[in-house]
Amino acid sequence: MADALLEIEGLTKRFGGFTALNGVSIHVKAGERFGLIGPNGSGKTTLINCVSGALPVDGGRIRFAGQEITGLPAHRRTRLGIVRSFQIPKPFGSMTVRENLEIPLEYAARERSDAADADAMEILRAIGLEAKAHLRPGGLTQIEMRKLELARAMAARPKLLISDEAMAGLSHAEVDDILAILFGLSARGITIIMIEHIMRAVMRFSERIVVLDAGERIAEGTPEEIVRNPAVEKAYLGE
Amino acid sequence: MRRAGGAVAVGAAIVVAAILIASLKVNPYLYFAGYVILQYVVIATAWNILGGYAGYVNFGTPAFFALGAYTAVFLIQTVKPPLPVLILAGGLVSALLGLGIGYLTLRLRGVFFSIATLALSIVLQTVIINWEFVGGSRGLSVIRPGGPPFGNYVTFLFTVMTGLAVASVLVARFIQRSWIGRGLAALRDNEEAAECMGVPTLRLKLFATTVSGFLLGVAGAPFPYYVTFVEPNSAFSLDYAVNALAMPMIGGTTSWVGPVIGAVLLGAAQQVATVTISSEMNLFIVGVVLVAFVVAAPEGLLGLARRLRGR
Repeated sequence: MADALLEIEGLTKRFGGFTALNGVSIHVKAGERFGLIGPNGSGKTTLINCVSGALPVDGGRIRFAGQEITGLPAHRRTRLGIVRSFQIPKPFGSMTVRENLEIPLEYAARERSDAADADAMEILRAIGLEAKAHLRPGGLTQIEMRKLELARAMAARPKLLISDEAMAGLSHAEVDDILAILFGLSARGITIIMIEHIMRAVMRFSERIVVLDAGERIAEGTPEEIVRNPAVEKAYLGE
Repeated sequence: MRRAGGAVAVGAAIVVAAILIASLKVNPYLYFAGYVILQYVVIATAWNILGGYAGYVNFGTPAFFALGAYTAVFLIQTVKPPLPVLILAGGLVSALLGLGIGYLTLRLRGVFFSIATLALSIVLQTVIINWEFVGGSRGLSVIRPGGPPFGNYVTFLFTVMTGLAVASVLVARFIQRSWIGRGLAALRDNEEAAECMGVPTLRLKLFATTVSGFLLGVAGAPFPYYVTFVEPNSAFSLDYAVNALAMPMIGGTTSWVGPVIGAVLLGAAQQVATVTISSEMNLFIVGVVLVAFVVAAPEGLLGLARRLRGR
């Protein structure tokens, strides 16, 4: 696939005797809004950990923008443009909200610290956390924490943003809030992989969806095709 | 840059002041005590670069300190180079050990890292005990070189240690305020998130363990000339492990000022206690103060001050 930004070929990951991912291949096109779903324990987060570099792979290859990245350490992948947010927010607790953003601006986007200062505020303004810039993350609400997680990911200037369950546990209106932010990023040309259990969100957001079950890829298609796919229904609901 | 220049100027002024103090002919014990306090400024500052900035708690301070001291002993026994060479060599050997424990952080985090550093100290002490050339378990007398540039040798060492303390604090201050310090703070808060935000965590950790090791070795290198009799029990004393941790904790670990405040306060209190009560009171005082701070002011005096100002 010529226009693929991220090419995952035959990815295998084992934890001891347990095979978490079994030869999974996924291609994500540049600019695409891509959904990754599957029941609990199907290997979604493991896949993301392998792509972001948090876990070494046992087999297969990962290419990003035409470059082999399978063996690169995580921080190098971030600098290339693969940025993830965490399912459970992992803010830098001793820093203010603004300083949290300055880390990726300085380290991933390689900005000088004075430029990072201004850019951090700009990102916070865009995401609606401006008023909290001087607070420590400990003083934030759940939704603000999720926004910080996304804002920090944005500060790394991603080409590919992997959003790992950014909406779990949020209210209906808050989900819409996060969705609007992600649509906004997509409109700016950032490729997005959304991992989500909230079907309403992932179906609305994604142009294409891949379904994982027990470490294998069981379906791929548009949201409409996925909803009608009997294999997907079986994976989620059983026989 | 101008502020860094200011800090260097302040540091230089302190060293000049120390030389002036050294030329005063007051009670020689004051220089002995001053040396110990300044030595702790170096140790606490060095420990804090790894323990405070990066969040990797090192219980093996005696290993690094003693390695600096015994590198000096080895060189005195062989080529007897001048003091600056001893200090540099002691620092470099301990820096190598630091680099080594840096690689440990690949596999060991949190309390397991701390246990490994504690074990390191015991292993190294065993090696020294069995190495007759540097005195073995009985220890070794060291003869000071004659003719220090000014004063007697103790007052000279006092000013040397002032210089080392100033230099260490400047290094720690520079690291804290640079991108390195911000990266270390990020990995201390959350190593996984830091790595995912582009921070080269392994490289920064290796940097921190190496610099910390270097400065601890530097603190230990003049030790043989200070005590003139080096033996493993004093060089590998538990005091160093406990004080290196307690002093930054009491002052505050997130800033370069914290270890300095902690070292001066606790170091001075120990010296006073040694003279007025007994030398056994040293660790007792540290223990009580440390427990009090961990319970009442976990962010040290700096954190306490920040909280009071915040109200």
